[in-house]
Amino acid sequence: MNAYNFAYLDEQTKRMIRRAILKGVAVPGYQVPFASREMPMPYGWGTGGVQVTAACLTPEDTLKVIDQGADDTTNAVSIRKFFEKTAGVAVTEKTGEATIIQTRHRIPEQTLTEDQILVYQVPIPEPLRFLEPSEVETRKMHALEDYGLMHVKLYEDIARHGEIATAYAYPVKVEGRYVMDPSPIPKFDNPKLESAALQLFGAGREQRIYAVPPYTKVVSLDFDDYPFDPSKPAHPCALCGAEDSYLDEVITDDAGSRMFVCSDTDYCAGRREGRDA
Amino acid sequence: MTPLLNVQGLTKRYGGRIGCADVSFQLYPGEVLGIVGESGSGKSTLLNCLAGHLAPDAGQVIFDTRSDGPRDVLTMSEPERRMLGRTDWAFVHQNPRDGLRMRISAGGNVGERLMAVGAHHYGAIREKATDWLGRVEISAARIDDRPSAFSGGMQQRLQIARNLVTGPRLVFMDEPTGGLDVSVQARLLDLIRGLVRRMGLSAIVVTHDLAVVRLLADRLMVMKDGHVIETGLTDQVLDDPQAPYTQLLVSSVLQV
Repeated sequence: MNAYNFAYLDEQTKRMIRRAILKGVAVPGYQVPFASREMPMPYGWGTGGVQVTAACLTPEDTLKVIDQGADDTTNAVSIRKFFEKTAGVAVTEKTGEATIIQTRHRIPEQTLTEDQILVYQVPIPEPLRFLEPSEVETRKMHALEDYGLMHVKLYEDIARHGEIATAYAYPVKVEGRYVMDPSPIPKFDNPKLESAALQLFGAGREQRIYAVPPYTKVVSLDFDDYPFDPSKPAHPCALCGAEDSYLDEVITDDAGSRMFVCSDTDYCAGRREGRDA
Repeated sequence: MTPLLNVQGLTKRYGGRIGCADVSFQLYPGEVLGIVGESGSGKSTLLNCLAGHLAPDAGQVIFDTRSDGPRDVLTMSEPERRMLGRTDWAFVHQNPRDGLRMRISAGGNVGERLMAVGAHHYGAIREKATDWLGRVEISAARIDDRPSAFSGGMQQRLQIARNLVTGPRLVFMDEPTGGLDVSVQARLLDLIRGLVRRMGLSAIVVTHDLAVVRLLADRLMVMKDGHVIETGLTDQVLDDPQAPYTQLLVSSVLQV
């Protein structure tokens, strides 16, 4: 335990990351470059999120880690263990008890509060990346608010599929200024981006941090005649019966049987135990 | 009448070498100016300086803007210049691949400029894109095809539609017919001529093909080694060239 500094990173690195976070909070949606460190896990496993979490953690914090809504999948378990080992903080699977929640690709169903921080793992922070390969050009486009191209992507969706087929990483405009990639959360979660909690986004490989401060306006991009639709499967959860949560489709045998269950495992378990969700 | 574009003493150097030197001219609304000269004479440098793609070392490019009257484009802020580039100006590249997004459908290509200036109604954008594809003689059935599935001539026509959809007042064209076979060239020229006349566009056409300027341009500027050596009405310059280089240029054209 003493072999590591608190939460793995050295204090200078954490200060550097906190400076980036503060700048991100000051300019909502703006991607702040930071000197991302090599972490003891591969890129794509949440190195950005882990660094942001490490910079935010205090010994009094209670940490929850979600991977695609679940607390018990590989990514969530290993990151939770990592901080148990290197920071010795309390961990929980209950959304309501956590002060810091690191998440991969979901926002918890339970409404977050002002006392909580939500840390996202981001693979590709640049919403314009697949439309414009040059970083020089995309930065210029952000600086000049030149976002026509983003709508071209949505136009292509409608032209090809008859609707906006982008189902995850759905682009949003933050506080009427920056277009932001909300990380690959399902678009069902987009309305929850307007939250009481501080939301921080860390992209380790791409070396970017950005933030959505509490109560910031976050608008999903759309067309006047094709408005944004946070869709979900038209089923209740097979386990807890919830009608309002995002569902995973689970194949149960090789004869085509399937069931739909809450992707947020804590929310589902809480409902089945009769806990207040 | 105020000139649409008033260029004064435009100079661009590449280190010790000259790109173009001390170029001055006026372009009036509805007028088409041709710039001819051999390769390396500075035509493209001049066009890129005018269109804001290159920063000239000296000179002024004064454009008669819709809102504020004549303004020097070179001292404008970058956002203003970009706005101009999306609304009142258009640039047709020699190679359509430079001017089109090859992985986006024809409709998306035409609609991009509309969406860049704030059109957010899918149906309206699509209607306008269909209209413009029709005007450049591309079948509406191909609106969802990518430009990579188009022939060279169709790509060039699509590029023109994409540029003209916002109703620009000034079009820069860099060898618009380069790389096309002659019959396709003829149709394209016919189309451009029709559009320019109908929309009352002003245009600056850079080419080394004298036939193109004969058909399109009202006035002609001949460049050599970065300098303008002769200007005048197109027919006057082509039929009675004064400068020795222009005489050479005109007599170099094969008469079939």
